[in-house]
Amino acid sequence: MVKKKRRSMLYIPGNNPAMIQQAGVYGCDAVLLDLEDAVALNQKDAARILVRNMLKTVNFYDTEVCVRVNNFHTPFGLTDLEEIVPLQPDNIRFPKTETVADVKEFMKEVRRIEKEHGIKNPTMTIHVMIETAKGVANVYDIAAADPRIDAITIGGQDLTADMGIIKTPDGVGIDYARKRIVMAGKANDLDVLDTIFADVNDDEGLREETEYIKKIGFAGKALINPRQVDVVHDVFNPTENEVRKAYRVYSEFIKNKKAGIGVFAIDGKMVDAPVVQRAITVLEYAKIDLKEIEKNAG
Amino acid sequence: MKNAIGVEIPEYIEGLGKLEPFQGVWKSIIEDEVPSTNISRTLKAKKPHVSKLCKNLEEAIKRCKPFDGMTVTCHHHLRGGDGVLMQAIKILDEMGIKDITLASSSLTSAHDGLVPYVEKGMITRIFTSGIRGALGDAISVGKLKYPAIIHSHGGRVRDFLTGRIKPDLSVLAASAADEEGNATGAHGPSAFGSMGYADIDARYSRNVIIVTDNLVEYPCVPCTVRQHFIDYVVKVDSIGDATKIASGTTRITNSPMDLRIARIAATVIEHSGLFKNGMSFQVGAGGASLAVAKFLREDMKRKNIIGSFMIGGVTSYGVDMLNEGLFHSIFDVQSFDAAVSTSVLNNPNHIEISCDQYANPNNCGSMTNKLDVVVLGALEVDVDFNVNVITGSSGEIRGASGGHSDTASGANLTVVVCPAFRGRLPIVKDRVHTVVTPGESVDVIVTERGVCVNPAKPNLAAKLKEAGVQVVDIRDLKEEVEKMTGVPAEKQLGDQIVGLVEYRDGTIIDVIYNVKNLS
Repeated sequence: MVKKKRRSMLYIPGNNPAMIQQAGVYGCDAVLLDLEDAVALNQKDAARILVRNMLKTVNFYDTEVCVRVNNFHTPFGLTDLEEIVPLQPDNIRFPKTETVADVKEFMKEVRRIEKEHGIKNPTMTIHVMIETAKGVANVYDIAAADPRIDAITIGGQDLTADMGIIKTPDGVGIDYARKRIVMAGKANDLDVLDTIFADVNDDEGLREETEYIKKIGFAGKALINPRQVDVVHDVFNPTENEVRKAYRVYSEFIKNKKAGIGVFAIDGKMVDAPVVQRAITVLEYAKIDLKEIEKNAG
Repeated sequence: MKNAIGVEIPEYIEGLGKLEPFQGVWKSIIEDEVPSTNISRTLKAKKPHVSKLCKNLEEAIKRCKPFDGMTVTCHHHLRGGDGVLMQAIKILDEMGIKDITLASSSLTSAHDGLVPYVEKGMITRIFTSGIRGALGDAISVGKLKYPAIIHSHGGRVRDFLTGRIKPDLSVLAASAADEEGNATGAHGPSAFGSMGYADIDARYSRNVIIVTDNLVEYPCVPCTVRQHFIDYVVKVDSIGDATKIASGTTRITNSPMDLRIARIAATVIEHSGLFKNGMSFQVGAGGASLAVAKFLREDMKRKNIIGSFMIGGVTSYGVDMLNEGLFHSIFDVQSFDAAVSTSVLNNPNHIEISCDQYANPNNCGSMTNKLDVVVLGALEVDVDFNVNVITGSSGEIRGASGGHSDTASGANLTVVVCPAFRGRLPIVKDRVHTVVTPGESVDVIVTERGVCVNPAKPNLAAKLKEAGVQVVDIRDLKEEVEKMTGVPAEKQLGDQIVGLVEYRDGTIIDVIYNVKNLS
């Protein structure tokens, strides 16, 4: 199965009807309808009701829809779940996850609500968000805590606050956390998604940071403004040369496979299973039909 | 009688004469065929070494011997900062002149003060390409004696040449002029750039007054308007509000939705088959339209494309693209911001042109006919691809025809950009309230919820689909939007015709009725 692209995940405040209404047309891969930090305390109920109704009525087209609920330890977390889980958005994001016990408690409620609403085959997946030093320390166990978790994400703003440091443009303070979270995610075959880039007018800074997080293994990045979508996609999209190379690798792979050859060389460089897998990822990003290549290679 | 798009057109309107119904974009414009009526230039004479300088505008107007029923023209190069038109009208009113036909190339918010003159019958007819603000409201409720005629920029030139507009007095502001009337907008403290619209008035009006706040030593060089057409010259303290005349540099919108629409439009252009070296391009100055230039600029750099020329209303953004070498030249009929004036003045590849060369349908070298791609805005569009840029949601006059229909008719690819809805109002209708540009000349409508391709262009639709563009049927889009917004209530209109939309060939494409309850 082709994995969903999660290059860009746009935060939309849950109490902003105009933006939610347009969420599906900004061109991002996913939207995060936020009931947590983007919503003031006295707006929590309004946001929850709005998001609930918008999930029922708005056409989000192909955009993946995630709802970030409030943490379970706040007065709003459980009510958020009661309203949102029955609607089965693509995913729910659980903020400030610190322990396996957090995940277990959260998932127990999710499953209870699904059962109460007769949802026998739930499609909704879970994103856990690591935003504290404790969460970073426990991230390997958290990532493996439930099979419905399919993405793990770092919250840079809260994490730096928790660590008592200032978030700097070079991101050095959260670099260890980023890499540890990536490794935990990769070990469990999860998508790992990066934190926001706060300066919406600094396209160059956004590009630089996105290039870095792509290099260390993130699948995508959270955004706070639709204007950031193009830059992030541009970084994550393969270049024309990369696509050509991947096409050649996959094509040769199919030919060699038919001849019973597992490892072969292109221009003197060894091509084995990991190289083929990387080529497939590139071709999927470029929306190139693998079956067409297989047909032509045959 | 019904015109080609099914609008009932009166055969005759008192005060305006016989009307011809719109027959189709190119039906009445036939190559090598000269229109039946054609005026010649006014004969003028002046004895040697007689000064044209007048001590004030009042004296200059008096010397032009104004009369009841005359036609007065101005240009709109001073945009919202114009202070000249109102001065001229005030003087004419104080002289007791009545029944004036006002034929300014466009009317802006600077002309709200015309309302009392309309109400008391001092101004009884208006020919223009745009009407906004309080004046638009006043006309919409029926306060102008005869229906306002909304023409296109090119249509205005044609109206001059056929005698439909017969200018008796033209009062033309300039940012620099000399004692003989050589005049320009490209330099001086109030520089506003091209004088492309004014050039026509200077050539064809019976009496021409140049008004400037910057009388320079003879000769004024370089200049646009030439002395042999000019009757009088007046030095004034101010030609208007400098901050609104020279409105800084144009900035690209920050609106995510406009940027999204613009991004899609640029992708449409890239895959239209016209995105190649030598491409010519025009874009408007507002929101999503101008933002298309931003993305096109990036795409041109990425693909090493060098265009031939840009035309039209020119922004500083267009000038930047010229300076970067992305286009060889700019043909400039109107400059949208202060930064453009310097380019008009100093860059030989930034060529000032008259509106005649820009868009007149009845010449043999109109730039709009050489245009590859134009990106235009819309207040409303409809399932037949007709575009409204003149009337608002209550049916009130609040916009401008400008060069919309001129460029749409000539361009190889006409792209209209607009959101699928604004606030709670759907933008795609069964029928727009007022047709300014017929769907026949519109190829693509780009919204944030999909791209609609005119069914007359199946090859274009196929190319765009192949490139991954989300092409949707315009009727499906309309239905989808109405599910969110509902269908607005019918407009409350009366049976008085308050405006006529004249297509660029002089035929009538639509009729505007009075609005009963203007909120």
